[in-house]
Amino acid sequence: MHLTLKVWRQEPGQNGMFQTYEAPGISEDMSFLEMLDVVNERLIEEGTAPIVFESDCREGICGTCDLMIDGQAHGPEKATATCQLHMRKYNDGDHITIEPWRAASFPVIRDLAVDRSALDAIQEAGGYISAPTGSASDANLTPVPKDAADSAMDAAACIGCGACVAACPNSAAQLFTSAKVMHLNLLPQGQAERWKRTEAMVETMEEYFGSCTNHGECHEACPKEISLDFIALMNKDYVKSKIKNRKLSGQK
Amino acid sequence: MTGYSDVLDSKVPDGPIADKWTNHKFNMKLVNPSNKRKFEVIVVGTGLAGASAAATMGELGYKVKAFTFHDSPRRAHSIAAQGGINAAKNYQNDGDSVHRLFYDTVKGGDYRSREANVHRLAEVSVNIIDQAAAQGVPFAREYGGLLANRSFGGAQVSRTFYARGQTGQQLLLGAYSALMRQVNLGGVDLYNRQEMLELVVKDGQACGIVCRDVITGEISSHSAHAVVLATGGYGNVYYLSTNAMMCNTTATWRAHRKGAMFANPCYTQIHPTCIPSSDPFQSKLTLMSESLRNDGRIWVPDSFDESRAASDIPESDRDYYLERKYPAFGNLVPRDVASRNAKTVVDAGKGVGPLKNGVYLDFAEAIARDGEDTVRAKYGNLFDMYERITGENPYKQPMRIYPATHYTMGGLWVDYHLMTTVPGCYAIGEANFSDHGANRLGASALMQGLADGYFVLPYTIGDYLSTSLGHDPVGNDDPVFKDAIADVTDRTNRWLSINGTKSVDHYHRELGKLVWDYIGMERNKNGLEKAISEITSLEEEFHKNVRVLGSADTLNQSLEKAGRVSDFFELAKLKARDALVREESAGGHFREEHQTEEGEAKRDDENFAHVTAWDWNDEATPQTEHREQLTFENVALTQRSYK
Amino acid sequence: MAKTMSKPGGSRRPDPIRKPVKALPFPLSLGQTAVGKKWLMALTGVGLLGFVVAHMIGNLHVYEGPARLAEYAETLRTLGAGLFPRGVILWIMRLGLIAMFGIHIWAAVTLNQMNLKASPGSYPGGRDYIAANFASRTMRWTGPIILLYLLFHLADLTWGWWLGDKFVHGDPYHNLDASMNRIPVLAIYIVANIALAIHIFHGAWSMFQSLGINNPKYNSLRRGIAVSLAGLVLVGNLSFPILNAAGLTDEDNRKCDPYAENVLECLEEQLVEEH
Repeated sequence: MHLTLKVWRQEPGQNGMFQTYEAPGISEDMSFLEMLDVVNERLIEEGTAPIVFESDCREGICGTCDLMIDGQAHGPEKATATCQLHMRKYNDGDHITIEPWRAASFPVIRDLAVDRSALDAIQEAGGYISAPTGSASDANLTPVPKDAADSAMDAAACIGCGACVAACPNSAAQLFTSAKVMHLNLLPQGQAERWKRTEAMVETMEEYFGSCTNHGECHEACPKEISLDFIALMNKDYVKSKIKNRKLSGQK
Repeated sequence: MTGYSDVLDSKVPDGPIADKWTNHKFNMKLVNPSNKRKFEVIVVGTGLAGASAAATMGELGYKVKAFTFHDSPRRAHSIAAQGGINAAKNYQNDGDSVHRLFYDTVKGGDYRSREANVHRLAEVSVNIIDQAAAQGVPFAREYGGLLANRSFGGAQVSRTFYARGQTGQQLLLGAYSALMRQVNLGGVDLYNRQEMLELVVKDGQACGIVCRDVITGEISSHSAHAVVLATGGYGNVYYLSTNAMMCNTTATWRAHRKGAMFANPCYTQIHPTCIPSSDPFQSKLTLMSESLRNDGRIWVPDSFDESRAASDIPESDRDYYLERKYPAFGNLVPRDVASRNAKTVVDAGKGVGPLKNGVYLDFAEAIARDGEDTVRAKYGNLFDMYERITGENPYKQPMRIYPATHYTMGGLWVDYHLMTTVPGCYAIGEANFSDHGANRLGASALMQGLADGYFVLPYTIGDYLSTSLGHDPVGNDDPVFKDAIADVTDRTNRWLSINGTKSVDHYHRELGKLVWDYIGMERNKNGLEKAISEITSLEEEFHKNVRVLGSADTLNQSLEKAGRVSDFFELAKLKARDALVREESAGGHFREEHQTEEGEAKRDDENFAHVTAWDWNDEATPQTEHREQLTFENVALTQRSYK
Repeated sequence: MAKTMSKPGGSRRPDPIRKPVKALPFPLSLGQTAVGKKWLMALTGVGLLGFVVAHMIGNLHVYEGPARLAEYAETLRTLGAGLFPRGVILWIMRLGLIAMFGIHIWAAVTLNQMNLKASPGSYPGGRDYIAANFASRTMRWTGPIILLYLLFHLADLTWGWWLGDKFVHGDPYHNLDASMNRIPVLAIYIVANIALAIHIFHGAWSMFQSLGINNPKYNSLRRGIAVSLAGLVLVGNLSFPILNAAGLTDEDNRKCDPYAENVLECLEEQLVEEH
């Protein structure tokens, strides 16, 4: 099939703009990124700098790929990262607009590549259970109810791609942060640091990102379909963290 | 063999195998807690091995600098491992033990691994599960809240722990969270978007690295008392593999060129359950967890020119070739056996799919037996992934699978301490050659990466560091660093000045084809010799005709790839030579000349029960071969049989 | 746009867009963060929604005629009559309402500022919204519309600015009818109440999220509750102008002349008769 791409090009330190490229001879079995590979290969042959975009695992788990395709983070297919989007979703003659994700804390590096390391700042603030190597007791000493373990896994499935931020009209990182917070808060192992963690991660998040106004766009964009419920649970835990008498947090 | 073995000292401690590690931990020199902060350690790579090692050494008090070329340590390719992690917990009461895991791993590795290392791996496997559970890794649970297990390719006990089909992701997030905790506490300095391009060695000892900032192009050096390479394997030498796009051998290859011997590069694991490629521009292959083989049945049509849809082919016209040839293990034979058999039937012309390049993996029976919901609960995400990629619904029609390069057992040669032949330079995880011999068992890569990072290296590195107490690391202003920076800068700029006609990817694809055709699942002498000459001429062309556009002072992905592909060329030649000198078939290395009458791999224990380690000379002189003789005192060598 | 900088230690990370502030004592600390503000917004939203619903239900007395409506109005003024002087409880409630409005608006304005800072604006290539609906995207417009209408509504029916001579203190039935007879007022009333319903549609659902009221057992009810509340308020409030226009609450059959001196006594007498 033959496609027409409108791609955002931006050099470091300069303003960007859209450029139009033709993409002839695209097979429907290609992934979206392979389609861009083919375009790049031709650009190189023509002596034009290839389009910079990020990707790594190309199987939807590393969270590196990040494109805004026709106004949707990760493109039109639900629960699918850009790298897993396949060209069979498109028809011959389609026009596709591709631009980088935008948020004040996702500065554009070049073309379609943005810097998402602000997400790491949130993780660093408390996204862990302090269990230095060697200090762990036998794993089966702490039973975890299956429902809780499954729910924690639902949250932990987050791949940290930042689509939630890109899709949010407020550039809020609530879905990412709540997934990271609740993964640990839902488990018995995470209880000791629960209030401290929630407080630190939420407040760090707010140093970089906007506030949640419950649009729900994040969930729609999320390649792992992380539930909005985690946002509600995090909000509750955050307010509790302010009220809780932590001296009693060893008691039920 | 004596001419070879004297160079390589594996430093395996004496004593009974079950006591070696315990005794050795006691015998190693310790670094006093207040002295630990005087030692600087560089860790390159932040996958399972790198993140766990950096976090653990940070916790111990060492000054750690962790480097990743990703934006976040979380992106490392360990994240893509699906199936699970082995541990000899025996929670299922099915007779598992440390010794059985050890035995299975040595046997699975086709008796080409070092017994003492493997036993240590089996010993610490139980601690890994405890550690990961304490970090909040959401392992699958039974309703009682205790950990669930499943059995995994090649094992007859259920010892595999898993977190849906995302075990690698969850274990990496665990290690990453421990790492980020240390970053927060100041124990680890994290350098992101830094690609290591050179190992710096002074007076024979590793003293630092040179990195390029992939965003700004700035080339900088970092010094330390020791350098740990946790930079993964070299599977991308095939171009098409299940590895991530950015996986490369550059860090290990640069260390090799600085004196670290490269061991067993011919051992490559071909994973049997990947999605077959669908077009010439395929950029990578996607693996489907091997756990699928627990419930899926593999078959091809009997007839060469079968044109019916899978569901229309009656049982009588199907060949369940694995069940037929290996009644005891059936669809659960080890990866190399499953892969080679798939290649045999596809080469014979019985392949399925539009390109006739796959075999069926059929869940119809499992769905009929357990119901679609049960199958969905077990494999739902894998089925979804398959459907996304192929557009076919595996609940309705069988999956198509074909083998693809997945893991590389070879790597930098390390001793029992995980130190390479360059003192002060360590290699952990997939980057080293150590524990899997000629073939890795399923769910053992995660185990090895974390064993090295959490429980082995942090102890053994103290033994080396303690000897340099009182010495500052070599300064960044030392001429060795200045020279290394100049070297790297030259190399980087050279790519930009060639200005040929073909892209880096073009050459990488061409290289990959050669490596797959000649050094893939089956190798023979002629092919390997041909491979060496064809790779050499393609390499020459690459250096003359590659086109890298743009500049060095910005994010330039072609430039990054050029350096990586250049190192792959050198590695591919060594891989072919290694395959050539190993005149036997073992695990992931199958020489057509050496097979049984039934077409099974035929080892030559008398002449090849050794590790081949290659020592770099210079560009013009091929590497020199060295050997580490392997001795088996605790496992009897048998010809593997999965009948 | 934030520039990329290196954190000491080498990690590349963009500059934060806000600086952390020194924590105030509880409960003021809740007002320092967005999650806390949203919590306050939700709580005040619950209170304001309660007021809107109660106000609407109370006003249904209009269908019982001028005397009953006047009685209802008087009841509000004499709440807690045995314990408090006339009007005190009502004023306490009014002050509470004003405080809730104040907090609600302050949180909305400051969060909006924060979001403008965090988000560089639109995508030049266009956006395709999937979950965000008209209600959620227009909260920052329906809110001010409701505020302006509130002020207008007070000026119109509580203070009688525009009705002038036609405004009769203590006879809400008459005032309502007089007010609704003017076409522009009718239009404003209808537009504002549609805005209010839209605001409630998103707000009542959003409230559950912001307060963290979340349980798989009743999560499915949340959207229904929001729709019902918005619908209830919309139907109830719009019934007043519509039924007035239809003649149900006009003053054709009225016993007490609203412009007579003794209108209030007349209404009282009528009430006694009706009882």
